[in-house]
Amino acid sequence: MTANLHLWLIPALPLIGAASNGLMGRRSSRRAVSFIALVFCGGAFAWALYVASRFSSLTLPHAETLAPWIRVGGFSADFAFYLDPLSLIMLLVVTGVGFLIHIYSIGYMWEEGGYYRFFSYLNLFMFFMLTLVLADNYLLLFIGWEGVGLASYLLIGFWFTKDSAASAGKKAFIVNRIGDFGFLIGLFLLIKHFGSLNFDRVFPPVAQMKAETAGAGWVTAIGLLLMVGAAGKSAQLPLYVWLPDAMEGPTPVSALIHAATMVTAGVYMVARSHVIYERAPEALTLVAIVGVLTALFAATIGVAQTDIKKVLAYSTISQLGYMFLGCGVAAFSAGIFHLMTHAFFKGLLFLAAGSVIHALGGEQDMRRMGGLRHHIPWTFWTMTVATLAIAGIPPLAGFFSKDEILWRAYQASWIYWLIGVSTAFLTSFYMFRLLFLTFFGEYRGAVAAGPEHGRGHGLHDAPGHGGHGHIHESPTVMLLPLVILAILSLAGGWVGIPGSLGGGNRFDKFLAPVFDTTAIAQNREHAVPGEQVPPESEGPATETGRGTELMFTGVSVAAAALGLLLAWLLYLRNPELPQKIADALGGFYGAVLNKYYVDELYAVLFVKPLVDGSARILWQAMDQGVIDRTINDGADGARHLSDNVRHMQSGNLRSYAGWVAAGAAVVIAYMVWTGLR
Amino acid sequence: MVPLSYYLVLSGILFACGVTGFLIKRNIITIFMSIELMLNGVNLSFVAFAARWHALRGQVFVFFVMVVAAAEAAVGLAIIIAVYRTRETLNVDQMNLLKL
Repeated sequence: MTANLHLWLIPALPLIGAASNGLMGRRSSRRAVSFIALVFCGGAFAWALYVASRFSSLTLPHAETLAPWIRVGGFSADFAFYLDPLSLIMLLVVTGVGFLIHIYSIGYMWEEGGYYRFFSYLNLFMFFMLTLVLADNYLLLFIGWEGVGLASYLLIGFWFTKDSAASAGKKAFIVNRIGDFGFLIGLFLLIKHFGSLNFDRVFPPVAQMKAETAGAGWVTAIGLLLMVGAAGKSAQLPLYVWLPDAMEGPTPVSALIHAATMVTAGVYMVARSHVIYERAPEALTLVAIVGVLTALFAATIGVAQTDIKKVLAYSTISQLGYMFLGCGVAAFSAGIFHLMTHAFFKGLLFLAAGSVIHALGGEQDMRRMGGLRHHIPWTFWTMTVATLAIAGIPPLAGFFSKDEILWRAYQASWIYWLIGVSTAFLTSFYMFRLLFLTFFGEYRGAVAAGPEHGRGHGLHDAPGHGGHGHIHESPTVMLLPLVILAILSLAGGWVGIPGSLGGGNRFDKFLAPVFDTTAIAQNREHAVPGEQVPPESEGPATETGRGTELMFTGVSVAAAALGLLLAWLLYLRNPELPQKIADALGGFYGAVLNKYYVDELYAVLFVKPLVDGSARILWQAMDQGVIDRTINDGADGARHLSDNVRHMQSGNLRSYAGWVAAGAAVVIAYMVWTGLR
Repeated sequence: MVPLSYYLVLSGILFACGVTGFLIKRNIITIFMSIELMLNGVNLSFVAFAARWHALRGQVFVFFVMVVAAAEAAVGLAIIIAVYRTRETLNVDQMNLLKL
């Protein structure tokens, strides 16, 4: 018997915060609004910590039902929460990083209009994300899934008066909808074949099946459809296009939703559904291929971007690709590990970028930055930590998680590894390019940014504040989260030091029960954690395996170092060189700069036909031509008919008599005619 | 003996004349006379049938019709006189006070 931990409190607290800020925030002071937002978000974090402290005493998986929801025949879906190591990690990452970003937002958004609205949305996002993470069935997960999409839409379009922000919000929502469509059909298939969406009732029967190696069956179909959903939410090829545009939102939003938490929901879902994927190897292969291609593809685009947030956005897509690669080679815990470290360092990168933007009064173009390290040292140092972490320089967080994925990818196929390492090189290159362009060299801009960048940082955009001297460090409330996240980026990876480097990979062991399919097949009566050794970790433990792994670690570190070196050569040593290379590359550089014209391609292939088709067929032909015309013509016909008929009612008595006579004549004629026959 | 059909054709012609006169005439006296003509057309067919079938009922009907017609003529002519006194016309098209 396990204790009731009141897991429902964790999502409910931010919901209360969202409701009270959303309903009453307009009349409250900024101080009150931020107090409410922080208390409820922090309360969720505190409760998550409490749950974590009680975690070891629980029998896993720990499920709690709050209330029945849908019970139709044999099908049931409840408001029930599900706690296992996987959801615990997600819980801590979401609440922890979320809380830090809430703190940061207080400083960042202080000057903005709609302050209460921002925090209400942010808390709402937390509610849905925590529902997603804690859900004990796919349906509740889907509610959270859609809810974070809604929060994302609201927050991308936070500056809704700006046309580009409004359309970016719509784009994110619509592209996600394509993915959700696949997800939903996958859920229908699950109901059809299992009559349930509960994790506990779906996974054991799947786990008892044989893998669909020869020929694809419906488990593969479910896996593929779930992957479509994951690709939409986690911005993978070919549905990644919304994420770069999502940078129209405020920077804390980019950090929280579009880097640290929401976009990782797809990875979480794939990892949660690992039983299905293990029984559908072909679907899993697709996950790996999509992941690795996305990683490379997005990284190459990131190299040429000039907007600091766009670089980070493509970097996010690329890192998500790594996570999918990890899941795709059945190294789910490695994928989740990277998810966690990525949440730390990418959240930090975005927050630091926000701090830079804040310091420059809304400037986002890296070509107009430079030399900022003396002006905003805290931001600089934290950003450096994050850059080192994402580039995979040991011993920072990103190194361990990325290395784990690459090593496991190599065990699956050397092609994955090769592309992965190339991506690591590119990652290191574009991240150091960002760092060098922003913080080193000469300052190339003026603080008084153009109105198109002026995000209404009221004070900073005020006239007379221009000039170099005004670049200022962010307030403490913004720096504190930066520092905490920097520490996490630095040390967060140490929980998963692999065996080859003398660590125990405790992270992998912690998650092992979740990803142990055989135990699930035996209806979850898995062994006591201590004596259980995950079969996959035995391979690397052998001596030769360890040597190889170390060698590969060396290669990936070298790739990262090479990227650093190249960025240093190009952007610090010879700042005029990149332009020359770009000129030499010509058309290719143009293609990369313009994101391979993917948006344009989609516009021609999908958007324009849809818009034109809707206009011609649905609007003009169907709506106006058929529906409206039926109604209008019917009404017109009735009016014309009655216009004619009403002349009979002349009021002239003799005309009535005439009608009577005519009618009588007709009747008599008829009778005569029938009589004669 | 004159065949029944002759009476009936004459009766029909009389009735048709009455109807036509009722429809096309504007003078209320003429209309009144047209009505009488229709009644008499019908009366003719009644008596023709009565004679043919040696049945008294048709003749009784005719007497009733004549009585009603006489009463109607008395009342109707009185109304016409009253109308003429007030409206100074016998044209029915101008008697449209009840029309909207």
